[in-house]
Amino acid sequence: MPGILRIAYKLLVNDRAKFTALLVGITFAVFLMVAMTSLFAGVLNRASATVINIGARIWVMDPAVQTVANTIPLPNYVLDEVRSIPGVKYAVPLYSGGALLKLRDGFYQAANIVGIDDTSLFGRPRLVEGNIQDIFAENAFIAIDDSEFSKLENPTIGTTFELNDHRGVIVGIAKVASSGLFGVPTLYTTYDRALQYIPNTRFTISYLLVEPKSKADVPVIERQVRAAGYLALTRQEFIDKITKFYMYQTGIGVNLLIMTVTSFIIGLSISGQTFYTFVIENLEKFGALKAIGAKGRELVLMILFQASLVALTGYGAGVGLCSLVLWATRLYLPDYAAIITFANLVLAFGMVVIIAAVSSYFGVRRVLKIEPFDIFRG
Amino acid sequence: MAQTAIEAIGLNKWFGEGEARTHAVKDVKFEACFGEIVYVVGPSGSGKTTMLSMISGILRPDSGTVKIEGTDIWSLKDDAIAEFRLHKIGFVFQDYHLFPRLTTEENVAIPMILQSRNWDDAIQAADQNLDVVGLKGRAKLPPVKLSGGEQQRVAIARAMVSRPDILIFDEPTASLDGDTGRLIISFVREHILSDKRCIVIVTHDSRIFEFADRILKMEDGRVMGAMKGNFHEE
Repeated sequence: MPGILRIAYKLLVNDRAKFTALLVGITFAVFLMVAMTSLFAGVLNRASATVINIGARIWVMDPAVQTVANTIPLPNYVLDEVRSIPGVKYAVPLYSGGALLKLRDGFYQAANIVGIDDTSLFGRPRLVEGNIQDIFAENAFIAIDDSEFSKLENPTIGTTFELNDHRGVIVGIAKVASSGLFGVPTLYTTYDRALQYIPNTRFTISYLLVEPKSKADVPVIERQVRAAGYLALTRQEFIDKITKFYMYQTGIGVNLLIMTVTSFIIGLSISGQTFYTFVIENLEKFGALKAIGAKGRELVLMILFQASLVALTGYGAGVGLCSLVLWATRLYLPDYAAIITFANLVLAFGMVVIIAAVSSYFGVRRVLKIEPFDIFRG
Repeated sequence: MAQTAIEAIGLNKWFGEGEARTHAVKDVKFEACFGEIVYVVGPSGSGKTTMLSMISGILRPDSGTVKIEGTDIWSLKDDAIAEFRLHKIGFVFQDYHLFPRLTTEENVAIPMILQSRNWDDAIQAADQNLDVVGLKGRAKLPPVKLSGGEQQRVAIARAMVSRPDILIFDEPTASLDGDTGRLIISFVREHILSDKRCIVIVTHDSRIFEFADRILKMEDGRVMGAMKGNFHEE
């Protein structure tokens, strides 16, 4: 490390009270920012769980659909209409709806039932136990081993339950990429069985899952579906739509945004004020360094180094603390919906960079303004 | 005759604007040679600190030239002047201006560190200079653990660590009691001054006048004459 940065380092860390205050301020701010945004990311991820888990490239739905859980059934002829679009390789129906299960011990448990196309089994989950062919067996269901699995009393293959007076049998245990948002377990079955077991409205298709022939066909399919009065979205577009709904049409996004901004302001206030005081207390010494022969850019480098050091250390400590808290929380609440994503980390890092930049800006201004002559004049 | 270290001619400095404009230094001529200690004395507001700042490359004069070892320092660019100060001039400030969060040896090493010298070499040189000023055992202590006289000696060690040709002292005894002040300046006279070094001291402490080779008196922004030694005025 160049000597001048070593001096800057020692000036900073040897002032333990201020260094601690700076670290605590930034760590606390980063912790709050990451915690809030990871909670939001977790909610959004789970809100889009079905879209992520099914994995279709294009989803066709009623234009009024806002989230994947809020299905508006499509008439059967839409399936034929979509299949007739030139760029469509194949299109299959998907059922997604809620049901009340009666478990072995007599308790009732709400569950999400996903009915996948009988012919292709498109969107089937990854089985960890059982054989996918068994889904065609009588009363067959596949239980998803996610964070809500235990609510089904940890079923095994052969476990039975009742669904609207129909007998259901678990024929497989599967894993999916994301658990659902609403705290209910998920069962997969065939589309036809789902319709058979669950009372339905006149129209029954929740979504049409479409595979385009090529990427270039996607806009054509979207346009033609729109012309038919429905909405076709790519997987990412659907996730974005769900995200926008939770962000702008529920209080979740705004509240988390307020908390994130508040934590940013708290971090900025504590760190900015402390760092500025630190620079001011050393201002005469910086002036003396200038008189001795230090150049302005060297002093700026010292301050930027100090601000960056505090920011990065606080950032690491904040992210570490948040990870630790999430890990500890999951020990007691396995379905705690928070995930630290790369975007969360980048956002928090960006905010920390702003905190460091603003904190050092005022210090740098003062240091550049101090004249060595002022040191002589006292 | 000894070689000229500092030569300033026609130095003028104004401060302020409009009616508040004051002529702080008026057509000052100043010369100091290697191997001598020159005092600049005078009442507060006489312009001695302003003159000292101009001859040491800290404050740009409004007119006049300052030559240090033949180099017209104010013809240099700002960075070059800073570099010149760093290598040629050592400063001892009135309030020492030591960093309380660094050890004594780290404080002393600062000029060498600013010269981008290796850290260990700088610390080693600092320890040697602390030895010279009689503070070898205090190297690892922070300056706040030292007495005023010791802090002044640390400041002297810092000023001379990079072996500058010129040392500038600003009111070096102002914060010290009489005995300590005399002790410090006599130490400077005996151990710091050499044939290859010139020392300029701004002071109004008459108790240390005996250690000067020449004493120049300033009043109202002008060098009025020499109280001791030669004024060097043709």
